Amino acid sequence: MNRMSRSTLVFLIGAVLVFGVTQALFSLEILTSFWSTIIRTGAVMAIVSIGLNLIYGFNGQFSLGQWGFYAIGAYTAADITWRWANNKSADGLVVMLLVTGLSGTAIMFLRAKLARIRGLDALSAFTLYLTAMILLAVLSVFLGGFITPAVSGLLQALPTALSMQIVFFLAVLIAGLIAAEISFIFGLPVLTLGSDYFGIATLGFSIIVKVLLDNSDTMFGFVEMKGARGMVGIPRLTSWFWVFLFLFVVVVVTRNLLRSSYGRAIISIREDEIAAKAMGIDVAHYKNLTFVIGSLFAGLAGALYAHINGFLSPNTFNFIRSFDPMIIIVFGGLGSITGTLAASFTWALVLEGFLRLWLPEGFETWRYVVYPILLLLLMLLKPKGLFGDYEIPFLRDQLPPLEPIAPERIEEGIPPAAIQASATTMPVKPSDNPTSQEASE
Amino acid sequence: MATTTAPVPRSSSIFELAIKKRWLGKAFLISIALIALWRIIIAIQANPILFLQQVVNGIQLGFVYALIALGYTMVYGIVRLINFAHGDVFMVGAFISFFGITRFQLHLWLGNVAPGLPLWVTIGVGSVSVVVLAMIVCAWLSYVIERIAYKPLRNAPRISALITAIGVSFFLEYFAALQFVFTPNFITFKRPFPVQTWMIGSNGIQTLAESQESASNGIIFSNIALIIIISSIILLLLLQYVVQKTRIGKAMRAVAYDKPTARLMGINVDGIISVTFAIGASLAGAAGMLYAIAYPSIVFGMGIIPGLKAFVAAVLGGIGSIPGALIGALIMGQAENLSAAYISSPMRDAIAFTILIIVLLVRPTGIFGEPSREKA
Repeated sequence: MNRMSRSTLVFLIGAVLVFGVTQALFSLEILTSFWSTIIRTGAVMAIVSIGLNLIYGFNGQFSLGQWGFYAIGAYTAADITWRWANNKSADGLVVMLLVTGLSGTAIMFLRAKLARIRGLDALSAFTLYLTAMILLAVLSVFLGGFITPAVSGLLQALPTALSMQIVFFLAVLIAGLIAAEISFIFGLPVLTLGSDYFGIATLGFSIIVKVLLDNSDTMFGFVEMKGARGMVGIPRLTSWFWVFLFLFVVVVVTRNLLRSSYGRAIISIREDEIAAKAMGIDVAHYKNLTFVIGSLFAGLAGALYAHINGFLSPNTFNFIRSFDPMIIIVFGGLGSITGTLAASFTWALVLEGFLRLWLPEGFETWRYVVYPILLLLLMLLKPKGLFGDYEIPFLRDQLPPLEPIAPERIEEGIPPAAIQASATTMPVKPSDNPTSQEASE
Repeated sequence: MATTTAPVPRSSSIFELAIKKRWLGKAFLISIALIALWRIIIAIQANPILFLQQVVNGIQLGFVYALIALGYTMVYGIVRLINFAHGDVFMVGAFISFFGITRFQLHLWLGNVAPGLPLWVTIGVGSVSVVVLAMIVCAWLSYVIERIAYKPLRNAPRISALITAIGVSFFLEYFAALQFVFTPNFITFKRPFPVQTWMIGSNGIQTLAESQESASNGIIFSNIALIIIISSIILLLLLQYVVQKTRIGKAMRAVAYDKPTARLMGINVDGIISVTFAIGASLAGAAGMLYAIAYPSIVFGMGIIPGLKAFVAAVLGGIGSIPGALIGALIMGQAENLSAAYISSPMRDAIAFTILIIVLLVRPTGIFGEPSREKA
């Protein structure tokens, strides 16, 4: 207990220090707005990547759909704040609050009802949820028309800056929730696919989202999104405070989740799905839970991203860029939150910052030539990422990680029976780690 | 797991019976399929000639996708790696053939050597040599990539190899975009032969003049479509022969089936993997030239979307299966053309991927895919 609270204390003090020092550097303009943007982008990438690390690094589900949920979050939040900033109308906020609230309630209600039906396949459940969500969305648009004037009046009575921050904060939460709800419905049938096919289906999802965003103005009537030309005029509200707050909450939530019985169930699915099922773990439920939480983080991050530059283009969400979070988590180490945090900031600083500054005049186009070379070298030299599975003490699980017994430990005086017992129950072969197990299937 | 036969606790109404038969999900998918079918039937009734025209265009596109898809499916079948750099090898093939034609006049070399021959022989032999050049360069490129980037990671976690593939893809694209390589601009591809279009209508086959394009009472097709289809079929048959009848093909199948045992049987596994990469890349090189002939505007990023579509085609047909790749590619070609024509042109990529997801839900390993089996 004592040790645990000490590491917590160190973490909290560290977090406050990092926040304070960086904020001071920004305020005193020692770090210019160029670096401020990069650092905030790094924090946003850290939130997406922690979400993906939860899905892939901890639960072993190879997902390329994170970028699609990021895009959904970005555009949802941007549309809400855009309508408030430019039209002084809270219609986006009200409708999306209703959609997320009603759909969330409906999902909870249907889940309780459907749990009683034996033999309901994922696709049928998907159809039911999807129908419910579409109906509720129509209902929300209808109801929103009545409620909007009152809410708009209420918010307009507040000081402008305060109302802006309130709308922004709610928009970020709504963005996270809508991403989570969509991922719940999409995950139901798709998570039944095998590992690679799940990756391909989620890649398809990100591409579908990108194409929908390309046609957002012509086909769906969101004129302010301007389709493929990109959305402009989004208020720049993502301050270092907001990014840091959300990053902090995401890290703590992930850490607590992974240290709970939920987390052990999630990790056991990565280690061996069949064994986990045999131990009585509801594999489908936990896979979907992880997918939803990961996508929730992606939605939050997207909302924060949208308000950094005040500009959104569907090209940001194309399929090439969708590998960025995957690159970051592999770079930092699969299944390491510390590694993900370090890798996100390193990635943002190197790719957006140093490579722009260091490359000599006339060689700006070499940025994306140098970047893959660095990536290749990293993969060849450190295939397990920078940090492997190292964690700082606060994030580390209390349980010691399962390690195969090396031959030299036999000399250390461990009773032979214990070695034999652990050798027979050990699911991991010496050379294996979470991903190579999957590779050997 | 969903087909438990445990008795339903409540009374078994029609609704619950339907759920036990997985009726709801099926009905959803069937209704989507029926809507698509209905759109197509209406289109056929409205203008059957236009529909056939779209089908012909779709076949042409489908065969190009098939050539690219084969590289994905062979490599995946043998090393379980989604080789994202494959689409960029396709781009390199297009550029090599472009340079072969415009810089080196390679399509006319026979005319310079033996001036007396008829023009069609000269151009035919010349075009074939351009394709062969593109195929050889792509095969060599892919061999080098495999040796440098993928081979050291053979025993690493699979995700490392995947990230490496993405890195190689980035590298090829952005290196090609440099000013002294392929430049970042769109370049017009010069066809090695003149375009000839025919129209099949009620009064037989007519030859169309260059300017006379908008005829609505017949199916228009060009020698481009014929060349693409015929050369793709030749390459596919060649590949089928190599894989099924030769020693290398037998070794490839053995390695794909079980690597350690193949090694024990004296097969040079690393060599076979390199050969597989090279064969797949040479098909992509040929596809690059054929694609550039059909859509004569080439750029450093041209490989991304066709590569992705071809990959989807390979998955659709069952990744690892050669006939599956062909069928999947033809379906993708049709889906893309028909949805562009009758549903929504800007949304065609979304429709293609929706089809992919639906097929995966119905048949989780693709149309021709074998159910995944446990390997030691």
